[in-house]
Amino acid sequence: MAEPVERQVLRRLTPSDEEIVINFGPQHPSTHGVIDFVTQTNGEIIRRSIPDIGYLHRGLEKIGEAVGYPGYMPFTDRIDYLAAMLANEGYAMAVERLLKLEVPPRAKYLRAIAGELCRISSHWVAVGSMAADIGASTPLTHALREREAINDLLEELCGARLTFNYARIGGVSFDAPEGWREKVLRYLDHLDSYIQEWDRLISLNEIYVKRLAKVAVISREKAIAYGLCGPNLRASGISWDTRRDLAYGAYPEFKFDVPVGEGKMGVKGDCWDRYAVRVLEMLESSKIIRQALAKLPEGEIMAKVARKPKPEAGEAIGRVESARGEMCYYVVSDGSENAYRVRVRTGSFMAMGIIEEMSQGLMIADLIALIASFDIVAPEIDR
Amino acid sequence: MAITRIIAEGPGAGVLLTNTNRFDDLVNLARKNSIHYLLFGLACCGIELMQTGGPRADLDRFAAVYRASPRQADLMIVAGTLSYKMAERTRLLYDQMAEPKYVLAMGSCANCGGLFQCSYAVVKGVDKIIPVDVYVPGCPPRPEALTEGLMRIQDIMMSERWWREKRRPQSGAK
Amino acid sequence: MNAQEIHAKLKAQFGDAVGDLAEAKIDPFVTVKADKIVEVCRFARGEAGLDFDYCEDVTGIDWPARNLIEIVYHLFSLQNRHQLVLKVETERSQPSVLSVQGVWKAANWLEREVYDMLGVNFVGHPDLRRILLPDDWIGHPLRKDYQEAGGYHGVTNTRFDPLVRLTQKVEEERKAIAAAAPPPVVAPTTATTTATATTTVPATAPATVPAPAPVPAPAKKEEPRG
Repeated sequence: MAEPVERQVLRRLTPSDEEIVINFGPQHPSTHGVIDFVTQTNGEIIRRSIPDIGYLHRGLEKIGEAVGYPGYMPFTDRIDYLAAMLANEGYAMAVERLLKLEVPPRAKYLRAIAGELCRISSHWVAVGSMAADIGASTPLTHALREREAINDLLEELCGARLTFNYARIGGVSFDAPEGWREKVLRYLDHLDSYIQEWDRLISLNEIYVKRLAKVAVISREKAIAYGLCGPNLRASGISWDTRRDLAYGAYPEFKFDVPVGEGKMGVKGDCWDRYAVRVLEMLESSKIIRQALAKLPEGEIMAKVARKPKPEAGEAIGRVESARGEMCYYVVSDGSENAYRVRVRTGSFMAMGIIEEMSQGLMIADLIALIASFDIVAPEIDR
Repeated sequence: MAITRIIAEGPGAGVLLTNTNRFDDLVNLARKNSIHYLLFGLACCGIELMQTGGPRADLDRFAAVYRASPRQADLMIVAGTLSYKMAERTRLLYDQMAEPKYVLAMGSCANCGGLFQCSYAVVKGVDKIIPVDVYVPGCPPRPEALTEGLMRIQDIMMSERWWREKRRPQSGAK
Repeated sequence: MNAQEIHAKLKAQFGDAVGDLAEAKIDPFVTVKADKIVEVCRFARGEAGLDFDYCEDVTGIDWPARNLIEIVYHLFSLQNRHQLVLKVETERSQPSVLSVQGVWKAANWLEREVYDMLGVNFVGHPDLRRILLPDDWIGHPLRKDYQEAGGYHGVTNTRFDPLVRLTQKVEEERKAIAAAAPPPVVAPTTATTTATATTTVPATAPATVPAPAPVPAPAKKEEPRG
């Protein structure tokens, strides 16, 4: 078997006599997927850590040119499997712009409700696995238990636990069943009170704060220059949320706050801020779902779309605020029933670009905290 | 268990045992109730693997815990899509595991390439790289399905006989 | 600012290097000459009123019909909330574009991905190497004429199709039964014509069938799916 090829990366590292080059990954419990961090360290202090990605590259952009517009929807689930509803919605929006389709209001609301539930579910995994990476193993079990409750709700809605394939071009695939609304409200009541317990246990825990505060501070300018988005950008103090600022779907009708990092426990833009923004976002999502359920309009859930839609030649962008940042679908059509080019720009890919610079001078455990605070998933990076 | 023959010297020197089934059962009972599986979650199935290890469908009730290092694992649950770049590392990890080792291919992508048949960068099934004992279908498989897969591995373990001269054939897969 | 105003400002500064505003369906874009792209980007970023401080995306599209590769830049302004799409055209045989990673650091990894997928050389990029595919991969997949190499490091890229196997197995079994059965008596009955007309072999009574009509097996060829 040939030696794994990392020579091009190794050429960029110049370890002195006292330094070693180690591989974090690709199989590692804390790298949030199969990512390799080739790290040059002097004992515990890192000189430089270069991420090597592509271990989960599945060619999703090339597949988009072969399977037709409706056929690509299950693949969008797999781009971001933790927030699959939001990924579905983004692609559907891009193609609906190409087709100049108007989505019925009930479908917009259902997409918003499902998307926000998915966001809560994704943030549970994010904060739970972040705690596990810091070293506390029990919070992950708590987070997974909460996630199971949301999985049950979404399974009632659309039949799947993880890769939902829920949005369709022109609407959604299934309507909310009888009694679903009450179950969701009951879960949200539990969530609102449970987050307080979670905060007491973990967020304000002295050890947790000491591990995360003032670690890997990303300033405002750096965050914008490197193209960070979503909670990572908001933690550095920039109040930007696609749901509020470029409002799409049913979001113009909802009132919600956008939590921004303030440096409450340390410095603005440190790991604790990135963590806290996610916990606060869960509460905001809960608010949005309540408003949406109260105002859910009657009507149909799908617009009239051809079986194999053929949009006219052109291009369109669909932006959606996914759990990991802004997911931007750029779909180019040439008039046939297959897309000419599907491009997915994800938040996790942009977050990887900054790691090489931020890792200089960190301890190894701090690098783990940094990676966990970005909340990356490997398929978003590699597609 | 009985000692049938003792050959003191010569080419076939050794002790031949018969009626060793109860002994085998005891050893296998201990082995199957302490499976250490390698945390090898590659993609979406990795999340379902986490959920299966989570509170509701608990893998820990089989005393199956995850290990991060292949040196400490005896079951490799390949959960997710294998790309060509990852294939060599997978082989390396499999080789680093100590005998006796088992492989469970979880999900469509690990079984046969799954959803990504027309992709240029996906290995069409993990059994092109390593030998697989149990295939669990699904996309992703429910925790109940993965638990069933684990129980099949346990059945394989229970059916092994150690005190005779049979050995599991070691086939490199290609 | 909307697209027309932004385009007017760019055109005023750079004249001919900036093309017309193409009102392509829904999202308009501006084509820029390849040698001026860095200056246009710097202007777009620094100029008060434009303030495109956020590089959202750098991607490429292969157009073999027009014999060019388009590099598409999606720029965004967080303070002014407007967007701009720039396009640069480069030839397909030796595509080469100036790198804008000095203007926005975000473009560093994005350009590496365009190099990996399309083979575009970014002049001035400090670290241009493959990012998603292994370092010794042959070819650039997002090109329309990309051919798979049939495997990588010895691992093939095909898998047997179980339905093909099953059909072959059924065929072989049927042949074995037909060979083992006693040679049939050819009696010209109406049953013959009806049997051949329907071109099916009733599996229940092999001895009475005069001649096994050619079975149109579901011809599912095993193609290497690529």
